[in-house]
Amino acid sequence: MTLSLTHFLSLGAILFTLSVIGIFLNRKNLIVLLMAIELMLLAVNMNFVAFSHYLGDMHGQVFVFFILTVAAAESAIGLAILVLLFRNKSSIRVDELNALKG
Amino acid sequence: MTTSLSASTLLAVPLAPLVGSLVAGILGTTFGGNVIGRKASHTATILGVFIAMVLSMMTLWDVAVHGARFNATIYEWMVIGKLKMEIGFLVDGLTAMMMVVVTFVSLMVHLYTIGYMEEDEGYNRFFAYISLFTFSMLMLVMSNNLLQLFFGWEAVGLVSYLLIGFWFNKPTAIFANMKAFLVNRVGDFGFILGIGLIVAYTGTLNYSEIFAKAPELGTLGFPGTNWLLVTVICICLFIGAMGKSAQFPLHVWLPDSMEGPTPISALIHAATMVTAGIFMVSRMSPLFELSDTALNVILIIGAITALFMGFLGIIQNDIKRVVAYSTLSQLGYMTVALGASAYSVAVFHLMTHAFFKALLFLGAGSVIMGMHHNQDIRWMGGVRKYMPITWITSLLGSLALIGTPLFSGFYSKDSIIEAVHFSHLPGAGFAYFAVMAGVFVTAFYSFRMYFLVFHGAERYDQNPDAHHGHDDHHDDHGHHGDGKPHESPWVVTLPLVLLAIPSVLIGFFTIEPMVIGKFFADAITVNAQAHPALAEFAEEFHGPLSMALHAFSTPPLYLALAGVALSYYMYMVNPALPAAIKRACMPIYTLLENKYYLDWINENILARAARALGVGLWKGGDQGVIEGGVVNASWKIVGVVSAIVRQFQSGYIYHYAMVMILGVFVLMTYFVWLAK
Repeated sequence: MTLSLTHFLSLGAILFTLSVIGIFLNRKNLIVLLMAIELMLLAVNMNFVAFSHYLGDMHGQVFVFFILTVAAAESAIGLAILVLLFRNKSSIRVDELNALKG
Repeated sequence: MTTSLSASTLLAVPLAPLVGSLVAGILGTTFGGNVIGRKASHTATILGVFIAMVLSMMTLWDVAVHGARFNATIYEWMVIGKLKMEIGFLVDGLTAMMMVVVTFVSLMVHLYTIGYMEEDEGYNRFFAYISLFTFSMLMLVMSNNLLQLFFGWEAVGLVSYLLIGFWFNKPTAIFANMKAFLVNRVGDFGFILGIGLIVAYTGTLNYSEIFAKAPELGTLGFPGTNWLLVTVICICLFIGAMGKSAQFPLHVWLPDSMEGPTPISALIHAATMVTAGIFMVSRMSPLFELSDTALNVILIIGAITALFMGFLGIIQNDIKRVVAYSTLSQLGYMTVALGASAYSVAVFHLMTHAFFKALLFLGAGSVIMGMHHNQDIRWMGGVRKYMPITWITSLLGSLALIGTPLFSGFYSKDSIIEAVHFSHLPGAGFAYFAVMAGVFVTAFYSFRMYFLVFHGAERYDQNPDAHHGHDDHHDDHGHHGDGKPHESPWVVTLPLVLLAIPSVLIGFFTIEPMVIGKFFADAITVNAQAHPALAEFAEEFHGPLSMALHAFSTPPLYLALAGVALSYYMYMVNPALPAAIKRACMPIYTLLENKYYLDWINENILARAARALGVGLWKGGDQGVIEGGVVNASWKIVGVVSAIVRQFQSGYIYHYAMVMILGVFVLMTYFVWLAK
């Protein structure tokens, strides 16, 4: 069995679905939320790499490096906010963070 | 056409009284800290008016003798598109004559005020107002465009309002000044519509430019109707004149304006301001000549005013109200002359009337002072012994008013009657009857007042409400003990004498140039083919002396004599008769007593309807639609909608994320399957 484009795209879709479910179902921990977002970005990266390889175009792989960099910076900022949030609220439970409620 | 008149001289004429007014009004009142006293105030204002009078007389001399004319813009206020709003002067015979009349009567009234307002606290304020009035009136008559005319028109109305309510602690005075202001608003509404129509169709406010386009205007129709445009314009303008010149049915404010001090009744409500309407119609004569319909309306309105307001004068007991109704009636005469296209006759009567009516008012004021502020002629009598100068001058004024030959009033009033006689307009028959009957009525009420005041038994002690008269709040003479009248001081009698001279003489000397001659030739346009009344009158005219002799063979003189004789019989020979007639004709008396119920109609029907409309708009329109429907409903809708929508705003991140992702799915579904 050879690995075709469909397999890689399916893997990306599975990763993406997992992360979406992670966002929906997660009620307790904000860190899990951040992780789910990272996973979502990785699913996208997977698609990029797969298409890049099968189309013979290196642009997609270059793009992946940029996304990885941005994702690292983003998670650093996200964790910093999370630390501050914990200092203020003494909690990082997602269902307690509803200050935006109208 | 020479222009030896300089703009700066003309500018000084209205500005001199304005400066006087500002000095007295700012420095002489609490507004500016009472810096100057009474003497400085009246010196400043009288000096201002005196300068204006001297310059006006010089202007009149230049205009009359050297034929000088002036028509130029002094200052451009603003330009909107092609419409220029300017301040400018137009000086011709009509303007120069008005300037002299206004400043002369104003100067007399200023002098008189020194005596009349001596005991009043508002002395400086009063001087400031009457000088401001002189400024406004001069701006009105000297204007060369409709905007400045309208400015002067409103400014004199404002000063009139301030002066009627001069004693602002008196509720009746406040009522009267509100009434004057509101009734004048009705007239001004018509006036501004007329001006607006002129601007809309000619695109200019300047008189000479408007008159240059007058023939064009005469051919246009009013959009949507088959009326002539010029008829609509003229009737709108005349509604303005009706308000200002107190023509039926907008006359109701003038009798009530007698609540003000007597000097302003003489200056504003007899001699000058109320004649502004007559002046305006004469000034706009090139337009009025184009519309027979408008002239007919003017003729009928004037005739109604002349006759029916005279009747009201008969039953009045307040000395000032008798003169006020007489003024209404005389304004009616002027309006009749305008309607008959005899504009120069109307202006001529305006001039003579200004002199003799100011004289009568000031005479009445002098009597009021002598009688310790009693204004009721039933409690006067025999005053001639105590006040000889007032007596003689008032007699001369009354003789001029009723049209005694050789007196000024005779020439102007007889000219009006003759002009109406020669008029061919459909309403001329009624107008001729009205002015003829008016002669009798005028003579009757004038001499009723004269006999009751100056002759007969002294009735001072019979006044049931003595010392509670009209002006009681400043009635602190200090010599109430004797109750006898006393002659007024020289500042009061001098103006009477100075006004009596033109009242007697001016008609004889000026009828020829003003009515027959060319003095007004370039100021007033008459279409002699269509309206030949004045031309036919001029043919019959053979000099002032022969006119006076001719009077002995015409009915007006005998009607006037009959009026005098009847009043002599009823009030001197048989004083019980008036009461008997009053009992016999109770319904008519009641009708007159209530002034034809016009006040009742105004207050109970027009004012009530206007208030009901106002309340309806307030409750229904403002509170109902705007407040309830637009303002409140919009916030209520927002509130209801947001109350529903805020339920979606849970504050939980996963809810937002779910909505976002569901949104992505929906969009993707749409793009992938549906939007092919």
